[in-house]
Amino acid sequence: MTASILAVDDSPSLRMAVRIALSGAGYSVTEAGDGVEGLSKSNAAAFDMIVTDLNMPNMDGLTMIREIRRSSSNASVPIVFLTTESDDGIKQQAKAAGATGWLVKPFEPDQLVRVARKVLGR
Amino acid sequence: MSGSDPVAAFRVEAFELLDQIENDLLDLGQDLGNRALVDAVFRGLHTLKGSGSMFGFDALASFTHHCETAFDRVRKGQARATAALVGVILSARDQMRALLDETIAPDEAAQAAILAALQAAVADDGAATTAPAADAANVIEDATRLTFRLAPSAMANGNNPLNLLGELRELGATKVCADLSRLPPLDQLVPGECHIGWTMLLPASVTRDDIEDVFMFVMDDMELTLEELEPASAASEIIAVAETGTAAPSQARTPSAPAAESVRVPAERLDELMNRVGELVIAQSRLAQIAAQGGTINEIALRAVSEDIERLSSELRDTTMVLRMMQVGGLFGRFRRLVHDLAQETGKSIEFSTEGETTEVDKTVIERLADPMVHLIRNSCDHGLETAEQRIANGKAGTGQIMITATQTGGEVIITVADDGRGINRDAVRAKAEAQGLIAPDAVLADQDVLQLIFHPGFSTAAQVTNLSGRGVGMDVVKKTIEGLRGTIRMTSVEGQGTRIMLHLPLTLAIVECMLVRVGSGCYAIPLSAVEECLELPASEAAGGKSRSFLDVRGELIPFLRMREAFATDWPAELHQKIVIVGAGDTRVGLVIDQIIGNAQTVIKPLSRFHAGLGTFSGATILGDGTVALILDVGNLLASAQRQSATRAVGEAA
Repeated sequence: MTASILAVDDSPSLRMAVRIALSGAGYSVTEAGDGVEGLSKSNAAAFDMIVTDLNMPNMDGLTMIREIRRSSSNASVPIVFLTTESDDGIKQQAKAAGATGWLVKPFEPDQLVRVARKVLGR
Repeated sequence: MSGSDPVAAFRVEAFELLDQIENDLLDLGQDLGNRALVDAVFRGLHTLKGSGSMFGFDALASFTHHCETAFDRVRKGQARATAALVGVILSARDQMRALLDETIAPDEAAQAAILAALQAAVADDGAATTAPAADAANVIEDATRLTFRLAPSAMANGNNPLNLLGELRELGATKVCADLSRLPPLDQLVPGECHIGWTMLLPASVTRDDIEDVFMFVMDDMELTLEELEPASAASEIIAVAETGTAAPSQARTPSAPAAESVRVPAERLDELMNRVGELVIAQSRLAQIAAQGGTINEIALRAVSEDIERLSSELRDTTMVLRMMQVGGLFGRFRRLVHDLAQETGKSIEFSTEGETTEVDKTVIERLADPMVHLIRNSCDHGLETAEQRIANGKAGTGQIMITATQTGGEVIITVADDGRGINRDAVRAKAEAQGLIAPDAVLADQDVLQLIFHPGFSTAAQVTNLSGRGVGMDVVKKTIEGLRGTIRMTSVEGQGTRIMLHLPLTLAIVECMLVRVGSGCYAIPLSAVEECLELPASEAAGGKSRSFLDVRGELIPFLRMREAFATDWPAELHQKIVIVGAGDTRVGLVIDQIIGNAQTVIKPLSRFHAGLGTFSGATILGDGTVALILDVGNLLASAQRQSATRAVGEAA
């Protein structure tokens, strides 16, 4: 079965890039435009992995990660966040919130695929 | 979002982001303490940087990064938002816009200047922008023993130790042993926690980087030991070379072809369109059924289908037109910045307001409207509004007002640019027009006519008059553009109280309701919006040649043009010729034609480039029977009638 991945980002072009990269590698991708939408989608269906931006309107990525970890449906799903900051502070915060891994923007499509393979194991 | 070119999508998105940033910055300039706006600007910059670097806009990304870093200090409360800072970031925004446009060579000096100003604006130690030196890569000699243990919380965070082990196995791990020594007693065991450690042997070829790659997300909280390490210093150099090698091609990216024009359409409008098309298909199949019956055609059924199709096609036309409509709000938004900049340039205090942003106009109109409106607003700021001191001296508020509004009435949209400045000095305009020989010294002109002088091409080139009257720069260009959009300009101005310029524009450019008339053997279309009334040409006038071309219509003398003469037709004239009176603004003119055929919806087709210079016609249309009808350019006809009445005035004076 193909792994399903939820991509949460407020930038449509970035979502598009994520979708193209991941669906090209055989994953099925669902998109969400902000934390609120991401959370409601993750509550509605089980995903094998979530890729999210941190800086988003309505609900930021950190809050969304915390909420997902507290929820029942996707409590231990791998969550990879996308960040432009290479400093450690934000990573620590995100990890404390329950993030699995991260990817520093800009990334090449195959970097994203590698990370997906890594956390999904397939 | 449709389409599959993320770079084009990015560019559209980036322009929107930049507009959003600009708006937020302008709001922030008004309200420096507003944290929500600071966050909004930061988020905008942040997204732009992130997406920009994703799609290969490296220069943009790095420039935006510096701006973001500086602005981050404001966000974190380490620096205060000031008007100066907003100004610098606005100019940085313009740079970003230029960087998005690949046809413009990046101006690195300007960028450096902006960044320096930015640093100064957020004060003291900037720091932290230098990237950490690339980590030296270490090659592990011989076989290496790896021991690791994950944090107990690792699995709750979505990590799967089995995946890690799988990756290590791919690196060539052998002799993998689990270490169960720290497993708690069963009654204390939490199933979601990871208490198992592992040891294994890895081959010599595996570098420390490879291993760190495997554990990249869990490195910080885990126990990891590697035995028998030996650094190889040469490796770091190789990496450095490799990095510059990959960076170069992205710099040399060839500029892509200009992105195809696109319009964003709300989904519900497309649904509506689909519904109509669906109905049309049904009507078509009914028609096919009637045709298939053969023999005697059921006339009533046929007529019903015909009526349905007529209704559907007009609905389809309307829904399709609406697809091209865009709100003027986007256009208005651009002017906020313009006014902001002009206020700074002129040192005047200006308040800018807009109304009716949701009014929709055809995309082409919006695009072509931008330049003339910039002209008008610039004029208002530069010349219309007085300085604060002058205003207060005249008993007005120190802050000048500029207001643009959009309203829709019937088939046209009226866009108004109004200021509460000094208004237009008629005497100065007259004096200048007389000096230039545009009007006779003693000519009696209606107030509107005096104001219209401003739009005269010869008038605007005189720089002096701008200082005297406050108007004039490039107004003829404005007028030309508006007329090119089949619109008209009206103007009111009260000295000392301000000026109001109204642009009347058609809702759409592609379809126009026309009156079809016949002149000689040819069929012509007159835009219905210009038609005021239709009369029969009195027999006395019909016989008369060129001697009198004025008609007394209810006490008003209206000049008329004999279209038969204008088109030099030798087709026999109709016994009772008609006269169609067309008008725009205050001018009216009668067109003498042979026959009125009726009204029709006409789709305007532009004339070929070869014929484009013809002033008399604005386009052509194809009629139901396949013949071509030329569309009369009413504005042009009015102008020629005015020339006619001017010669008459001279004739009477003499």
